[in-house]
Amino acid sequence: MSRHISEQFDAELDRVRLLMLEMGGLVERQVRSAVTAFITHDGALSAQVMAREDEVNRLEVALDDQCVRTIALRQPAAGDLRFLVSIMKVGTDLERAGDEAERIAKMSDQVARFAPPADRYADLERMGQTVVEMLHSALDAFARLSVEVAYEVMARDAEVDSLFKHIQASLSETNYENSEQVKRAFCIAWVARSLERIGDHAKNVGEHLVYLIEGTDVRHVGLASPLASLAEG
Amino acid sequence: MTSELQANQTEQESHEPAGAVSGPSESKRSPVLERACLEVRNLSLFYGHVQALNNIDLDIAEHRATAFIGPSGCGKSSLLRCFNRLNDLIDDAETKGHIRLAGVDIRDPALAVSDLRRRVGMVFQNPNPFPKSIAENVAYGLRLVGTLAKSELEDRIEAALRSAALWDEVKDRLEESALDLSGGQQQRLVIARAIAVEPEVLLLDEPASALDPISTLRIEELIHQLKSQYTVVIVTHNMQQAARVSDYTAFLYLGELIEYGVTEAVFTNPQEQRTEDYITGRYG
Repeated sequence: MSRHISEQFDAELDRVRLLMLEMGGLVERQVRSAVTAFITHDGALSAQVMAREDEVNRLEVALDDQCVRTIALRQPAAGDLRFLVSIMKVGTDLERAGDEAERIAKMSDQVARFAPPADRYADLERMGQTVVEMLHSALDAFARLSVEVAYEVMARDAEVDSLFKHIQASLSETNYENSEQVKRAFCIAWVARSLERIGDHAKNVGEHLVYLIEGTDVRHVGLASPLASLAEG
Repeated sequence: MTSELQANQTEQESHEPAGAVSGPSESKRSPVLERACLEVRNLSLFYGHVQALNNIDLDIAEHRATAFIGPSGCGKSSLLRCFNRLNDLIDDAETKGHIRLAGVDIRDPALAVSDLRRRVGMVFQNPNPFPKSIAENVAYGLRLVGTLAKSELEDRIEAALRSAALWDEVKDRLEESALDLSGGQQQRLVIARAIAVEPEVLLLDEPASALDPISTLRIEELIHQLKSQYTVVIVTHNMQQAARVSDYTAFLYLGELIEYGVTEAVFTNPQEQRTEDYITGRYG
């Protein structure tokens, strides 16, 4: 896209873009660290995640502030308006994903009191890896304005949902030998729930990017439509 | 107001884009109009050797506000002036193509220019009240149209001033000079003068650009009210104003119609890169 007549306006939009990517990068690290802390029972790492949550919140406030100021001063239209609106929504999703990372870190402190399960949280690790990849791809898509990657991210949410169901099923089918195992299972269930939500937030980021690029709202329409739209080119 | 023929056509084509048969080309993304009041076909305008408008096709929706936007010299005012043949007053101006008002070509010999201008009123950028009393300004057009009984004349003056959202401010000083009113009041008086003769179309050429922000908001609110009774076409440099007051927006550039659509769509998701560049401030 060509530059505005007002270089100041371009500078403001660049600031917004960089703030969002900085926040996204931080949230991605938070989720990755929280999952690692849970799986490895690493108390120091979970403490780091909880300490950095404030930084995520600070970036969300700064992002909103910059967007509101630009909307008020520039009265943006068309692509500029869609850009600012979608970035604000991305900020909300990232902040919520950051909250889930903090929840996982808290669970990590609880689960560290118990012995790890025989499978060493293999399913949870896979689920964590998938949502981190989704977040990473969604942010990368935003940086490169790639609507194709956005649709790919949205499609991967089904993968996360299916992993979540699988974990729920195996937790409910397990014969627990003692209360410690039951408490550990609860921790796993809560983390799986958080990861499932982070997957939803990554999918939302993809949807906001589709709105930015195509001007169409693909929320709540199911995956068939976005994928069909991608196939049509 | 609308010919029977056109009413029938509109009924048949109510679910088709306005130009689906012979109207604006598809690439301009013509909006679906409920009913067209003005139809512009293959309109070109020349000032001597200079071409100001190039083959314009568009329909203006009845009882809606349509905004023309575009950079200086894009032809938006020229197009507006075609609608009541104001360009005829310019010696070397020449138009080609057709404009139909309620189905009748505005160049039809059966339609006198004075009748056309009564049916298609114009309000300019700078308020231009006559150096007469407030009441006389509104009565001026009415007297030209015909003789009215005093009481009827007074009723029509009041009705016009009420429609122009000016009555409450001037009802006790109708005999005072119009030139004593503020700029914003003068502009509303000029609008009252235009609507007193009950036109079908009201053309507004930058009606608020000489006014302060509060007067501008009053004019914008007035446009919102007027369109229930009149077809409003407004030319404006102020894109936010176009976005606020109009139902449809046409973007012109270098005498060409680049994009025409529902205002909300034009301002949130324009289909043409040149429209996007203009409304987002990327034009040099």
